[in-house]
Amino acid sequence: MTITEQGPHSTPGGTSEKRGMNLTLRVWRQKDPSVKGKMVTYKVTDISPDMSFLEMLDVLNEQLIMQGDDPVAFDHDCREGICGMCGLMINGEAHGPQQTTTCQLHMRSFEDGDSIDIEPWRASPFPVIKDLAVDRRAFDRIIQAGGYISVPTGTAPEAHSTPVPKKDSDAAFDAATCIGCGACVAACPNGSSMLFTAAKVTHLGLMPQGQPERNDRVVNMVAQQDLEGFGGCTNIGECSHACPKGISMETISRLNHDLLGALRAGARPKS
Amino acid sequence: MTVTDTSVRRTPKAAKTSSVFKKIVMAVTGIIMILFLIAHMVGNLHVFQGAESFNDYSEWLRSFGEPALPPRTFLTGLEVVLLVSVIAHIWAAVALWRQAKRARPQSYVTKKSVAQSYASRTMRWGGVIIGGFIVYHILDLTFGVANPDGTDSTPYDRLVASFQNPIATTVYVVTLILLGMHLRHGIWSATQTLGQSNRRRERTVNAFAFGFATLLIAGYLVVPAAVVFGLVD
Amino acid sequence: MALELFTVGEPIADTKAPTDVEIGERWSQRRFRGRLVNPANRRKMTIIVVGTGLAGGSAAATLGEAGYKVKSFWYQDSPRRAHSVAAQGGINAAKNYRNDGDSVYRLFYDTIKGGDFRSRENNVHRLAEVSVNIIDQCVAQGVPFAREYGGLLDNRSFGGTQVSRTFYARGQTGQQLLYGAYQALERQIAAGSVEQHARTEMLDLIVVDGRARGIVARDLVTGEISTHFADAVVLATGGYGNVFYLSTNAMGSNATAIWRAHKRGAYFANPCYTQIHPTCIPVKGDYQSKLTLMSESLRNDGRVWVPKERGDTRDPREIPEGERDYYLERIYPSFGNLVPRDIASRAAKNVCDEGRGVGPGGLGVYLDFADAIERLGRAAVEAKYGNLFDMYAQITGEDPYAVPMRIYPAVHYTMGGLWVDYDLQSSIPGMFVIGEANFSDHGANRLGASALMQGLADGYFVLPATITEYLADAPFDTVDDSHPAAVEALRGVQEQVQKLLNINGTRTPASFHRELGKLMWDLCGMERTDEGLRKALDRIPEIRQEFWTNVKVSGDWHSFNQTLEMAGRVADFIELAELMCVDALHRNESCGGHFRAESQTPDGEALRDDENFAYVAAWEWTPEGQPPVLHREALEYEYVHLAQRSYK
Ligand SMILES: Cc1cc2nc3c(=O)[nH]c(=O)nc-3n(C[C@H](O)[C@H](O)[C@H](O)COP(=O)(O)OP(=O)(O)OC[C@H]3O[C@@H](n4cnc5c(N)ncnc54)[C@H](O)[C@@H]3O)c2cc1C
Ligand code: HEM
Ligand code: HEM
Ligand code: SF4
Ligand code: F3S
Ligand code: FES
Repeated sequence: MTITEQGPHSTPGGTSEKRGMNLTLRVWRQKDPSVKGKMVTYKVTDISPDMSFLEMLDVLNEQLIMQGDDPVAFDHDCREGICGMCGLMINGEAHGPQQTTTCQLHMRSFEDGDSIDIEPWRASPFPVIKDLAVDRRAFDRIIQAGGYISVPTGTAPEAHSTPVPKKDSDAAFDAATCIGCGACVAACPNGSSMLFTAAKVTHLGLMPQGQPERNDRVVNMVAQQDLEGFGGCTNIGECSHACPKGISMETISRLNHDLLGALRAGARPKS
Repeated sequence: MTVTDTSVRRTPKAAKTSSVFKKIVMAVTGIIMILFLIAHMVGNLHVFQGAESFNDYSEWLRSFGEPALPPRTFLTGLEVVLLVSVIAHIWAAVALWRQAKRARPQSYVTKKSVAQSYASRTMRWGGVIIGGFIVYHILDLTFGVANPDGTDSTPYDRLVASFQNPIATTVYVVTLILLGMHLRHGIWSATQTLGQSNRRRERTVNAFAFGFATLLIAGYLVVPAAVVFGLVD
Repeated sequence: MALELFTVGEPIADTKAPTDVEIGERWSQRRFRGRLVNPANRRKMTIIVVGTGLAGGSAAATLGEAGYKVKSFWYQDSPRRAHSVAAQGGINAAKNYRNDGDSVYRLFYDTIKGGDFRSRENNVHRLAEVSVNIIDQCVAQGVPFAREYGGLLDNRSFGGTQVSRTFYARGQTGQQLLYGAYQALERQIAAGSVEQHARTEMLDLIVVDGRARGIVARDLVTGEISTHFADAVVLATGGYGNVFYLSTNAMGSNATAIWRAHKRGAYFANPCYTQIHPTCIPVKGDYQSKLTLMSESLRNDGRVWVPKERGDTRDPREIPEGERDYYLERIYPSFGNLVPRDIASRAAKNVCDEGRGVGPGGLGVYLDFADAIERLGRAAVEAKYGNLFDMYAQITGEDPYAVPMRIYPAVHYTMGGLWVDYDLQSSIPGMFVIGEANFSDHGANRLGASALMQGLADGYFVLPATITEYLADAPFDTVDDSHPAAVEALRGVQEQVQKLLNINGTRTPASFHRELGKLMWDLCGMERTDEGLRKALDRIPEIRQEFWTNVKVSGDWHSFNQTLEMAGRVADFIELAELMCVDALHRNESCGGHFRAESQTPDGEALRDDENFAYVAAWEWTPEGQPPVLHREALEYEYVHLAQRSYK
């Protein structure tokens, strides 16, 4: 991260907006899932280093709309790094050169005159909808397979009836911060969703509330990710490195551990 | 169009074919092969005790347990276990490889690796080379068909003959280095796969994998080195 | 009162709460007296739930579990992305785990007072009662709340209260609560009780014989516009803060669902009540697309100041103590930097208006941690606020440990929304509104950590209990595509979409949105005046006029078209903005987030006018060109006494 050590560029009353970066973008354009796509080159000028990457794309799109061209489709919503909706492959790295979400990547991470390649996540379970937007609902189906605790509304016991050791609760929280962005899949050379699945298995598996369904959860979620067509994990570690929430490789080990235990205990995927 | 289907999950297949199951097979067979490699290396070091000791060791392998057991029982047993392991290991490796290909039919125009080590990147092609090597190696030293000294020779002669041949030696050295890398990643990977890794252990496991692979390969390399430098002939 | 701006209709009353019993008994009485639907009949009933935030997600999951056929709609790809995910601070509940004197009654009282006496006693009391069940439910779902070493839940305190009743999961409480609801929802989807419609935007409500019977929605991927029918419709589509263009809401947060329901007859209550949060990262440039909140908790240790001199451009670290104005500490010596949100926001605006603001555009004040770092040490500050400091550094490129943060107020939450009765039913029978989308329980100002509480209270506990009363009359006549009301609604939407595409003008939808937002921020933002609002009311129709003749939307509607989505939302924001200004103009008093310059105490504080304005303003839509109709719902206080707030 580039943090300026000197004071903020403060000019009360006036604007001191720094602008002036010119960039060459090569963007993946694909009209819909049925047609082939290709990289198309665009130029954007007068980009401020304080813009977020998506604001830079907004500038491009306003240009394209005014020219009567089709603007580049890309997913985004919260623009503050928490909803997990955004996600682009930027110069070959998921979410770009910093370990953050695409919406929180700022143009000061680039240099004037840079050329930037922008592609969608690539994995067959994430089909392209248009341009840079992909369908990530395979993740929801992995959750459907067991990423929950069955507790119908109104049946819960008093919250303090089950104390949870702080250490476990904190570790569960770390895993639970996964935002489902899919960068792990995008970065993994195998196109594996292991980190995503492992984060949920770890979160719920560390809580006492998650114990009754622990075995079934892990076998079903793992079976589902295979069924969706994700690759298998061979412990390469690109995923964790690309993960904007820093989900650790330890979660994968934990999933494997749970799976072994579950299979030994006789748990099998629901059919 | 798939993207508009109401997206309710389908019923998954059995656990046996799951990717994680394949990984477990790979880890377990990998560990069996590693145990063999340790023993094999120790065995190879007999070469420094001279031809007799080496051939005796080879003979011992074949006659172990006699007369209680028929000749070659132990060796055959070992061979079967190894063969099954190699086949299972390769089966799992190939299946995962294909699954990975299916998972990303269209590759990126630009892709950078950030965390991936050279070792992890060479697992697959490295594995294939190691597999090919094993076949060659058995034809070379066990059966002698691929050996300069031919089939009618003692194991010791065949070994020395091979390493006096620069091409054969190169094949051995290159494969051993690849094997070292395969193990360096493989040991870390197997620890993950068997669910034994965690943040605290991660560094230790990696250091161990590196140290172990280096030592093992060094143990192997001294044999061709000794022949090449004339310490053994 | 400017009669040409609106007309006055019949007053309305919320009569569903059983006021014949004590306030503490009313909710249980309501549940007891309401009719039920037996499980076999539930299977035959369909409920549409639009939205999957805390409110919609929890409601859809609970209704699905109860056995109804639920159809769930949302505009993102996954329900997990609803903007509830962004809530940072925490969720209130009257558990009294601290043993610091908290109780249901105290939470009730604090919320009424915090809302500046503009909310309903009955609703707020119910909210406080239900709050305790929410925590139980979420803990059982595995929500990893912060805990103490003994393994029990931790709490922290928030603005406007003297007890510690806020439950939290680091700075990501909303995310964790939402994932709990999301997982419950996915479980129901897998079980087949909830049918999902991802990336589908509601564009109209279908009303048949006076009852809400379905919606018209557009599949954002294929572009297909279709009708969906049900026995009841629940809207949980969140707030409309994006009227202001820049806000802490998500880019896609919209008013479309509630606005179009309003145009079908649902009353819109208190549209002018917006909450402006004092600690957001300031605007950097005109390309800016959204604002990011810095948690209120920062004001516990950070000191707010600006230079005493106007136009002082020195590096803040070079400005000596004597030349700094710690204005909150100066004006409000007893609360200092911890005054409530509305007060802190307005004070920041005032110093910037005086020309003493800092940073680009002069729109910012310093939030300085130098003292805290000296007193507590950098490590302690890092432990407390590390993630917020990182976020700040990521966005601004400045190191907040070295130079003071710059902050500025930003639109954050809308207390206004569709009018609902005690059962959460709107003025259209069969349409229920929950979460931030309704005009809610927060009066004129929401206390921190109360929106999450309300969303989950509505979705898990209140709506599933009250909706049975309505459904007990079901099944209703079957309706399908061929019904004239459905045909009309569908055609209306198609025509509107086509019209947007046909204009082919010279301005992008975003440029209209920016213009509208700036106008609203300047004239209907932190401080409102008669003159300014009238100016806005002159200008907005012009913007609307220009929009409908000069907007440029590329592409077609039969495919994924994000510009078209945006254009439709902007069109609705323009109309809603007008109603907000009318509401703000008619409410000639200051209360909570609504500050009218004409109504202030001699020392510049908000001055309520209980005599004339102790009511909910529920607006009825009239065809274009006609002024809206005001229905007043009088607010009666049986348990809490009206008083002036003071934080000096
Ligand atoms: C940055 C931030 C921080 C906050 N922090 C706190 C806090 O600490 N504590 C607290 O109590 N409150 C906080 N709030 C407020 C609180 O988060 C929200 O009020 C609350 O989460 C709203 O929940 P909801 O379910 O009503 O709506 P949302 O979560 O906004 O959900 C809206 C849903 O409706 C769907 N939708 C919208 N329009 C349409 C349409 N036209 N068609 C189909 N679907 C549609 C969306 O897809 C989404 O699923 C915060 C808010 C923000 C913005
Ligand atoms: C310098 C390296 C090596 C030397 C000198 C060496 C030597 C030998 C010799 C002499 C034999 C024949 C034993 C006999 O027939 O009695 C043998 C067999 C074998 N070696 Fe190696 N070897 C080396 C490396 C390897 C490696 C790297 C592998 C595996 C990857 C390997 C796998 C085997 C196997 C599978 C057999 C057959 C065992 C059997 O028939 O049961 N060897 N090796
Ligand atoms: C004596 C020979 C071999 C040994 C000792 C060995 C050992 C191992 C070990 C321990 C692993 C790690 C398992 C895990 O991830 O859990 C592994 C992985 C793997 N092996 Fe082997 N292997 C050998 C031969 C082969 C061969 C012949 C192939 C040929 C195809 C192969 C291909 C692979 C692949 C593809 C992986 C997975 C990659 C990964 O985990 O990153 N290996 N091997
Ligand atoms: S594990 Fe990380 S990269 Fe993967 S989906 Fe979750 S947050 Fe994104
Ligand atoms: S990069 Fe891929 S191989 Fe596994 S460790 Fe991560 S999922
Ligand atoms: S847009 Fe929400 S995480 Fe980037």
